[in-house]
Amino acid sequence: MALLELREVEKSQGQTHVLARASLGIEKGEFVAIVGFSGAGKSTLISLLAGLTKPDAGEVLWQGKSVTAPGPERGVVFQNYSLLPWLTAFDNVYLAIDCVLSDLPKLEKVRRTERYLAMVGLSHAQDRKPAQLSGGMRQRVALARALAADPEVLLMDEPLSALDALTRASLQDEIERIGRVSGKTIVLVTNDVDEAILLADRIVPLSAGPSATFGPSYDVEIPRPRDRRALNHDPKFRLLRSQITQFLLDSRQTRRSSTLPSSLPVGELVGAMS
Amino acid sequence: MLGTTQSWKSKLLGLLLPLFGVAVIVGLWALTSQTWAKALPSPLKTWEVSLPYLVEPFAKRGELDQGILRFTWYSLERVAQGYTLALLIGTPLGFLLGMSRVFQTVFDPIVQILRPVSPLAWLPLGLVIFQHPGPAGLFTIAMCSMWPTVLNTALGVRSVPQDYLNVAKVLRLSRTKTLFKVMLPAALPYMFTGFRLSLGIAWLVIVAAEMLTGAPGVGGFLWQEYNALIYEHIILCIITIGLVGFILDRIMGAIEQRLKVD
Repeated sequence: MALLELREVEKSQGQTHVLARASLGIEKGEFVAIVGFSGAGKSTLISLLAGLTKPDAGEVLWQGKSVTAPGPERGVVFQNYSLLPWLTAFDNVYLAIDCVLSDLPKLEKVRRTERYLAMVGLSHAQDRKPAQLSGGMRQRVALARALAADPEVLLMDEPLSALDALTRASLQDEIERIGRVSGKTIVLVTNDVDEAILLADRIVPLSAGPSATFGPSYDVEIPRPRDRRALNHDPKFRLLRSQITQFLLDSRQTRRSSTLPSSLPVGELVGAMS
Repeated sequence: MLGTTQSWKSKLLGLLLPLFGVAVIVGLWALTSQTWAKALPSPLKTWEVSLPYLVEPFAKRGELDQGILRFTWYSLERVAQGYTLALLIGTPLGFLLGMSRVFQTVFDPIVQILRPVSPLAWLPLGLVIFQHPGPAGLFTIAMCSMWPTVLNTALGVRSVPQDYLNVAKVLRLSRTKTLFKVMLPAALPYMFTGFRLSLGIAWLVIVAAEMLTGAPGVGGFLWQEYNALIYEHIILCIITIGLVGFILDRIMGAIEQRLKVD
């Protein structure tokens, strides 16, 4: 039985049919990347998995049981960090521990907060408020907050999309390391195929919306730790990249051809992925 | 060098121009009192007659003959009480309006209808209910001044970003924790704007409340001196009320500024 599962999920938002018959099973300990266009319903997907929204039809299952609300076993890293701006980095992480692991003695909570901030390399900045932190640092705090609550699965909603390329690369390495060391189940939603291949065990493309659905799974059989420089010359990497990119473009083409038969502005996607 | 002389110049102008404005108004006032409104005391006369109340601002020569700051203090005390009452009622009311759509649908029309009612209308009702001018005055201040707090708190609560609420949900914060750790801090800047406007109204209402109840204070003094035909003191009271209101607003503004996150 899958740890976390979407079964025939339908979801609309307003007039838009976002997800159509989306099914996906995530096994324990897996690092799954969901790749799709912006606006394809990726954030909706994370909200569904987290239990923040409910599917119109179909089911979200956690260990075979229906998910109706967020739970401590599913940690979320939001796209826009979602740190509470009136709390310091320390207090943001502490709040999570205080709520989810409320039985721990206070000293243990403090130690745990410090440990997780140290893990993401932010011990020196623990007394700063989010406004005094860079985007990358904020996302590190958010990552520490999610991990410190010790979830069984970490749901990440385009956690790096707002960051500059260099910060992005260093946080990718961080996520890769954390995934490897902690052995946690991770679901990463991204619009970056390279990022997905670098980090994930398995990649599931999400077809272009509206009415997006999952494509076939692609296993990433590149041994860890993965070196981003070596990756570019790895034939497996190139093959995967072209297969997944092709799937996404094809899904967009069928989508377009059913609505707009003529134009095919694919350059934007290819540009974004090279 | 040029920069420092310029800033020095602009500072001087910043001081001189408002003084010029004051001079213009005092000039118009003097002109008016000399020409078509002979009963209006001239600026000089006002100054002379007001002087004893200014040089001994805390003197108490009798119940209705006290230094101007002593009267101001009485008024401030009254305002503080009525204003506190307004915040104690208005803030929770605002939270309920902001959090519950049902509550909003039920009570928003009532809020909108009670909001524009004048203090002069509330006071007699307060006298009917409480039978004493003291509590009636507090009632009037509270009833008039709480609306900005109510509406801004409700707005603040409604404007709490969904992201923060999602965080609260994912971390499974209890209802009380969500209220105090997430909603209250997120709504606080809005609430404070309400508090500031409420204080302004509370101070505005005090004069009316004191005039009608005859309670000692700036407003009461003003009305009494009108009846005693000492018109100079009316002007003294107006200037005092204006200055105190201005200072109160500045204090609240400074606190509000400090509360703004980012």
